[in-house]
This record gives sequence, structure tokens and C-alpha cells, in this order.
Amino acid sequence: MDAGADALVLLPEILMLAGAIAALLAGSFLPRERQWVSRAIGVAALAGAVAASAAALSGPGASAYSGSYVVDALSSGARLVVAVSALLVITLGTDELRGAERESETYTLILLASLGAMVLAGAADLLVLIAGFLLASIPLYALIGLARTPSGAEAALKTYLQGAFFGILLMLGVTVLYAAAGTTSYSGLRAGLGPASGAIVGVGLVCVLAGLMFKAGAVPGHFWVPDAAEGAGTAAAAFATTVPKIGGILAAYRLLEHMPPTVAWPLLVALLSALTMTLGNLAAFAQKNPRRLLGWSTVSQAGYLLMPLSVAGAVPLALPAVLVYLAGYAASNLAAFAVIGAYPRRNLLTAYEGFATARPWQAVALVVALLSLVGTPPTAVFLGKLTVFTAAWDGGFWWLTAIAAANTVASLFYYLRWLAPAFRAASPDSPGAGDFNPRPWAAGTAVAGAVLTLAVGIGGGLAWAGLP
Amino acid sequence: MTLLSLAILFPLAAAAAVLLSGSRGGGLARFVFAGAAVAEVLIAAVLWAGYGDTGPGRLAYEEQVRWIPNVGSSYHVGVDGLSLPLITLTAVIFLACAVYDWGAKDRPGPRAALFLFLEATSIGLFAAQDLILFFLFFDLSIVGMYFIIAGWGHGDRARSALKFFLYTFLGSLALLLGFIGLYLGAAPHTFDIPELLRAQPLRGNPAGLWVLGAVVVGLAIKTPTVPFHTWLPPAHTDAPSTGSAVLAGILLKMGTYGFVRIAMPLLPEAWRAWTPVLIAVGVVSVLYGALVALAQSDLKRMIAYTSVNHMGYIILALAAAGAGGSQAARETAVTGAVTQMVSHGLITGALFLLAGVLHSRAGTYDMGAFGGLGGPAPRYAAFFAVAAFASLGLPGFSGFIAEFQIFAGSIGAAPLTALALPGILITAALFLRALQRVFTGEVRGKSPGLADLRPAEAFSAGGLLVLSVLVGLLPVPLLDIIAPASAWLVSQVGG
Repeated sequence: MDAGADALVLLPEILMLAGAIAALLAGSFLPRERQWVSRAIGVAALAGAVAASAAALSGPGASAYSGSYVVDALSSGARLVVAVSALLVITLGTDELRGAERESETYTLILLASLGAMVLAGAADLLVLIAGFLLASIPLYALIGLARTPSGAEAALKTYLQGAFFGILLMLGVTVLYAAAGTTSYSGLRAGLGPASGAIVGVGLVCVLAGLMFKAGAVPGHFWVPDAAEGAGTAAAAFATTVPKIGGILAAYRLLEHMPPTVAWPLLVALLSALTMTLGNLAAFAQKNPRRLLGWSTVSQAGYLLMPLSVAGAVPLALPAVLVYLAGYAASNLAAFAVIGAYPRRNLLTAYEGFATARPWQAVALVVALLSLVGTPPTAVFLGKLTVFTAAWDGGFWWLTAIAAANTVASLFYYLRWLAPAFRAASPDSPGAGDFNPRPWAAGTAVAGAVLTLAVGIGGGLAWAGLP
Repeated sequence: MTLLSLAILFPLAAAAAVLLSGSRGGGLARFVFAGAAVAEVLIAAVLWAGYGDTGPGRLAYEEQVRWIPNVGSSYHVGVDGLSLPLITLTAVIFLACAVYDWGAKDRPGPRAALFLFLEATSIGLFAAQDLILFFLFFDLSIVGMYFIIAGWGHGDRARSALKFFLYTFLGSLALLLGFIGLYLGAAPHTFDIPELLRAQPLRGNPAGLWVLGAVVVGLAIKTPTVPFHTWLPPAHTDAPSTGSAVLAGILLKMGTYGFVRIAMPLLPEAWRAWTPVLIAVGVVSVLYGALVALAQSDLKRMIAYTSVNHMGYIILALAAAGAGGSQAARETAVTGAVTQMVSHGLITGALFLLAGVLHSRAGTYDMGAFGGLGGPAPRYAAFFAVAAFASLGLPGFSGFIAEFQIFAGSIGAAPLTALALPGILITAALFLRALQRVFTGEVRGKSPGLADLRPAEAFSAGGLLVLSVLVGLLPVPLLDIIAPASAWLVSQVGG
């Protein structure tokens, strides 16, 4: 295969990279109040990536660079969800970023970190996986730190330290797997690892998985998530809780499919899943700040996302379940963050008292977003929950499905802690009472995200059936 | 689009129209609500008129549209003798609510929209022939009712609404687990109810007992039966009157309807195995509900507990249907159970609307705060007395038809069910005591000068009671629709 054909296979990724560079260059020549040009470049690059990924859907699966990078259903799903998520992040952050001193750099970092998530999902070689991890992580640290506030600096430092630690674990794991299998290519892993000792394979896999769980915001690499959600700017927080997850979860899925049966990884992943969803829920209960609440909620969502990974390759429904859940989760989570983006200074749940009276449509958008995160039909995450529950049970993990159902009920409690004040009348002493003057782009994104959440929930099944 | 889908979608469209018109205080909302409710009653009447018995296990007005083909779920609706009475009941109850709330001043726009939304979900649930579609309407009804209690209730409404939401949502998740079990137990995997009927999933598989357990717990929470009933009294006490009427009249039936639509026909073997437990639950619900109701001094809580008792009769009859014994007796029991669903909706709906009259005038439901109310409010006293007698099962009302069949059938199939008979006596006692305390004796407390029934209140509650009398005196048209479906259900359960 020649380089030209390889490049064509990677067209969405190349568009993202070109967009990132162009946005950065444009930003260096633009006066501060005219940086909308680099925003337009970023949006155009993402829209191009969506179009190119969609066009590639109907084609056959392909691989590039001697099989180290794969384009198939899994990576196509990743490309689409990542690019649409990044678009939503830019629209919800427009008010916040407009005219900021680091505006173009923010778009560049968003594009690069999104590209990293895509590479993670498409990697079919352990070395490419490392490259994807770094590309997804390093821009993310910068994004979180861009807020230039004390809590932003703290969040960036925490994320960086954990990222460095888990990145080293990942590389260690890759080294061990390479030593055991004699190859870094996924296609050779199963055969190469088959005769190796289960203990060695287990050590290598656990280390690699730990690195990917950091990206997914799941146990054991979840500690940075609530801090990033709280300390970063709204757009960065929305990004950090959505896009890296897509890369991490899908990279783990692809790797697990190629693991030999000598290690009991399904049980390990199932336990991680149960632990993550439970821990995220328990920590979310007591939160009074909507950002931290969403931060912990995304940890618990990572737990549900791990359910189908425990049956990866064993159940036909597993892969569609992951993709459907990711798409639904991204739309719902970004819609909820867009509400926060519209009212960035309301840092208490009680500050939303009177919201429904003042802004009924945004309140309805919040209801749709949060009830979707709970998994109420006909929203997008319901479709995801239905499929991941079924997939896990079909693969024999009925107990995991039961734990997930219990966690779902528990999660309703803290999502309602945000909805209840929003639908109460404001009292004179409620914090930030009275006028809800939204930032227009973020408010529009909230409503659009809610519409998308419902559209995916109602029409997602038909779209899924229409795929080749 | 069939007439049945129109019945589901039309209230949704009306709700959207109310919201989009931005009418927060205007009179437009009540016109749209009432107009849509009348239209729904007319559609139900047309469905009823055009309904011919389609044969055992067949559906009328069937429609199937692709929805999530990859997991074997579709938008599949249809009507049979078990669902048609409940769809009609839904239309009638919501019309009564529209009339009762005609003069409502508190944010009538969103309120009307929520009620219309609830009407759509209720009719959708009774028409659903797909487990995922059933679950969708089941959950949305919870969401709608949460907002009605939280937004328009009184007292400790936020807490009651939260308790209601969490508790019934827990039930819905148990239900979902059961549905996934049914899906995985069928080959090929499907959520379609008629297909599952043909597949008979988990037959001879002990997992069927667990799957039915999940379904039963989910439905028992919604019904509710003892020991899952604790969400009901606070929800009722703090809900607005029309919210209570819908909750008791329609939403509780979603649980009992789930038994006859899903649990019994799809898992008959497991149902028969569960029969002893269910009979016990039924007996305890009947007796406990009645006894606790007897101990209440709050009128609304009392009516709420009589609901636990009345739902207990239904569980009892459905459990008896799995207990073996003669085919005819079990058919009678099931017919009685379905009739009781309709009857309870009419009578308890009326009772809650009438209880709301007290609260709107005096701000309390405490029976001790009134006395001799028959003097200042004779019409109200008459209406309430009629409703109370209907609820305690006096002949001439629908309740008698239902409960007579329930006991005749149940005792014929499983003599142990006779243990629940004292429930009837206790209910009679508690209603008579309530009438005595509130309406007779000297005029005292908040009674003096209490305004009598207004036309909207009289027409709404009175209309429901007239229908109860109609069913009580001329039960044949209703029974003719229910009986063939009951016969089919009993033959499905077998044993």
C-alpha cells in the first residue's frame, strides 16, 4: 500500500491535524478580537472530519501503515462521536473563549486532543497506542490549565501527575506484552501471548489497562476527573469529561478483543466496571457544586461503559453497545455542561432555584440531559443502557447487570438534587436569585444537545439498523 | 397511522401546542386540555364501537413500525379485551380531571401540558405490545407524575415526589432486568410480546423463576402491594387532587395490567410456581390495607390505603388463576380482576376529587377538623356518601360486580383466598366511620359556611360515579369484552 492510499484512509485525522496547525498559525497573526477566524478554521476542520468519517462508513474496512492503524466500525464510531463532541464543546465555549487571550490555542488544543482520542481508538499496534495516549493527554493538561485560576492550576497539576504516572504504567505494560508476545501488532498478540505465562500477560495487560482507565476516567485512574470538571474552564471541563473517555474506552475494547483466554480479563474488567460505577455514584451524592456533581457522574458513567468491555468479542452486541452508549453519553453530558456554561457563576445546586420559571426551555433541556444520564427512555443513554445491560448479561455477567441497575436508581437521587431546585420557585434568599441571563451560545448548545439526545434516543435504533 | 396511534400521539401534540403557545396563565390551556380530553373519549368510544372480538390472543387495531430492529424491538401497539377497558378508563379519568381543573389558577399551561403528556403515556402503555415500548411509557408516566406532585402538590411535596420517583423508578429497573431476561431467554431474541408468547421463553428453565421475580417486584412496587406500598400514602397526601385521581385511577393499574399482559402469559410456568407467595401477598395487602386505612384520621391517606386494599383483591384473583382448580372459576377471578381495575379507577378517582374539595375550602384533610358537614354542604355529603358506598362494594355499583367475581372465582380456585374476606367488612366499617365523622353530628370545626360543590366538581366526580353505577347495573357490555380475554389468559397460564 502506498503512502497516498494510506493518507486517504486517514483523511479525517489529517483534516484534524491540519486544522490544529492552521488554527494555531492563524491565531498568531490575528488581533485578539478577531480570533473568530481560528474558531472558524477549527469548526471547518471538525465538520470536514465528520463528513469524511461518514463517507468512509459505507466503504469497506481499511488499515493503514502495515496494519498498525485500523479503520473499522469501532474507529468510525470514535471519529464521528469525537468530532461531533468537539464541535459541541466549541459552540458551548464560544461565549467563554471569545476574545480570551488564549482563544486560538484553545481550539488548537481541542483539535489535537480530539485527534489523540481518534488515534487511541484506531490504534492496532501497541506503539501507536502509546503515541495516541500521549497525543490525547498532553494537550489535555494544557487545556485544563488554561483557566489560569488557582483551582485550574491545581486541576492541571493533578491531571498531569496522574497522567504521567499512568502513562508510564502503560508503557511498562506495553514493554511486558511485547516481551511476552514478540510483537507489538494486535494481530499477532493473541497467537504470541498464547503460550506465554498467564502471570506475565496479566501484569502487562493490567498496566496497559490502567493507562487506558486514566483516559476513560475510570477506577483506578479517575481521581483527576472531578477536579478537572470543577477547576478547568467550562469548555475545557466539558471536553475533559467527554472526549478522552471515548478514546480510552474504545482503545481498551480493541486491545481486549486480542487478548488470549489464558488471563481472566473479563472478570477483571467486570470488577473495575462495578467498582467505578459504585464509587462515582457514592462520591456524587454529597456534591453541592453542579460541576463536581457532573464530574463524579462521569466517573460512574465510565463504569457503565466498561460493562460491554467485559464481554468484548464474546457477545455480538458488545461493540454496538459501547458505541451507542458513547454517542448517547457524549450528547447528554455536553448538554448538561452547556447549561453550566450558560451560567458559569452559579456554583451551587441551590443557585438554580427559579430556573424553570425564568428559562423554561433551558430547564427542559437540563431535564432531558440529566434524565438521559439516568437512562430514562426515550433518551440516548437509555438505548445505551439497554444494550450494555443486555450485552453484559448475555456474556454471563448477570450480577454486573444487577449492580448496574441498582446504581442507576441510586444515580437518580443526585441528578434530582439538581433538577429539584431548578423547578422550585426562587426565594429571596436563594443564591444568585432572580435573573437568569444566559450566555447565548452555551444556552443554545444546551437546547441543541438535548434535541440531539432525544433524536439519538428515538432514531438511533433505525440509524444503527441502517449501517452496513 | 391507525386510530390507536392517534390516541397516543394526539395528547402529546396538544401538550406541545400548550407549551409552544407560551400560555402560562391564559385560558387557552384549559380549552386545549378539555378539548383534547373530549377528543380522546370520542376516540375511545370509536375504538370500543369498532372492536370485534378478534379471537383468542389476537389484537385489534394492530400497528407495527420499525424502531430498534437490532435488538428486536419495535413500535408495536394493539388492543384486546384486557387493554380496551383500561384505555377507555384512561380517557374518562382525564376528561374528569380536565373538568375538575377548569378553574385552576396555578400555572395552568405547564399543568395542562403535563396532564396531556401523562394521558399519552398511559394510553401508550395499555396499548403497547413490545416490552421496551411498555417500559418507555412506564418510565415516562413516573417522570410526568413526579413533576405534577413536585410542582403542584402541597405539604411536603418535594420529599413525597422524590420518594415516589425513587421508589417507582427502582421498580422500573427491576422490570427492565426482567425484560432483558425474557429477551435473552427467547430464541430468536426479541422484545415483541406476541413473538414472546409464541416463543415461551425460559420454559423449563429455573432462571424463569428469577426473571419473573424481577418482573413481579417491579410491578408490585407500582401496583403497590404490601410490602412495597410505603411510597403511596405520602405521594397521595401531597399530590394535587387531579394528580391523585390519575395516580390512583390510572398509574396503579399499570402495575396490575403488567401482570395480565406480561408476567402471566409470558412466564406461565413460573407464575404457577409463584402462586403461593402471590396469594399471601394478596391476602396481606387486602387485610393490612384495610386495617391501616381504618386507623387514619387523614381522609386522603385513608383513601390511599383503601387503594392498597383494592389492589390486593386484584393480586389475589390473578394469583388464584395460577393455582389450578376449575377453569371456569379461574376465568371468573381474572374477569373480576380486570373489572376491578376499571371500577377502582372510576370510584377512587371520584373519591380523590371529592377529597380535594375539602382541601381547597379548608386547607386540610383531617377528618377531626370537620363535623356535621351534611348541613352546610348537602350536595357534597350526598356525592361523598355515594362514592363511599361504591368503594365498599355495595351492589348496584361496579365495585360489587368486580369483587363478587373476584371472590367467587378465587375461592373456587384456591379456597385459602377466603382469608381475605374480612377485608370487605373492614372497608365497610371504615367508610361508614368516615362518613359519620365528617358529615353527621353537630356542625363544628371548619364545617360552618363551607361552600357546597361547584358545577365543575360535581360534573367531574359525579360523571365517574354515574359510570360506576352503569357498570354496576349493566355490566354485560364490559364483561363481554373482558371475558374472552380472561379465558385466553387462563388457558395461557394453564395448570
